[in-house]
Amino acid sequence: MTVSILHRASGDGLAIVGALMFLWWLGAIAGGPEAYAAFVGWVWHDPSPDPDIYHRVTNILGKVVLVGLTWAFFQHLFSGLRHFVLDAGAGYELKTNKLWSSVVVAAGVLATAATWIHILAGTF
Amino acid sequence: MGNGTHLGKVRGLGSSGHGSQHWLQQRLTALGNLLLVGFLVVSLLRLPLGDYGAVHRWAATPMVALALILLVVSVFWHLRLGLQVLIEDYVTGEATRLFALVLLNFYAIGGAAYGIFAIVRIALAPAALGPGGM
Repeated sequence: MTVSILHRASGDGLAIVGALMFLWWLGAIAGGPEAYAAFVGWVWHDPSPDPDIYHRVTNILGKVVLVGLTWAFFQHLFSGLRHFVLDAGAGYELKTNKLWSSVVVAAGVLATAATWIHILAGTF
Repeated sequence: MGNGTHLGKVRGLGSSGHGSQHWLQQRLTALGNLLLVGFLVVSLLRLPLGDYGAVHRWAATPMVALALILLVVSVFWHLRLGLQVLIEDYVTGEATRLFALVLLNFYAIGGAAYGIFAIVRIALAPAALGPGGM
């Protein structure tokens, strides 16, 4: 049940927040160097020596959203793969079902952690 | 039909006939997403995302632009189906639900069109001549 709720929650998060962030990023690439710099300035890091309060806030918020999207991606991916197995008619035995539900949730968190350790290790 | 219970109103009508199509499309686009979003995520992790020139050059590569267009189609199709189920489960009232579904279609089709147009612009617009803006 938890996995089912997480599948829907992560899917809807990706569908709205994830898709809009992706479109914003694509639009910024199409818009040219200034548009792209503005996007990076809002979402990741404003390079100006004294960023205004809005950029200070969104530079923190942006990272929170990106970590959340990373988790939502892995959670939805793994629980989606679980759905493919269930669609095939396998994995309905109580013990098996319970085991893989836990594996899916743990894998989502671990993959998110691994991804961000990889990103931050490269950045700093 | 008549003014009976919800069950009474639909009894004998059979299924809408669209259920299996929705189900199958959700799985097919899920498979597409698995490949295409997987490609995007690996690319994002390997790209120097702060370097505009490098990101633009990557996105403008024909094979990458093609994959990104396919990704937009697959992802927005999939999210339209997923959000449709969300609306059908939680939005009650015939008019409100219809309005929500109309908004969803505007979002899904409009978003996909914006994304595809942006990719075409990245891939085809000569950077030196481009007036900028998107």
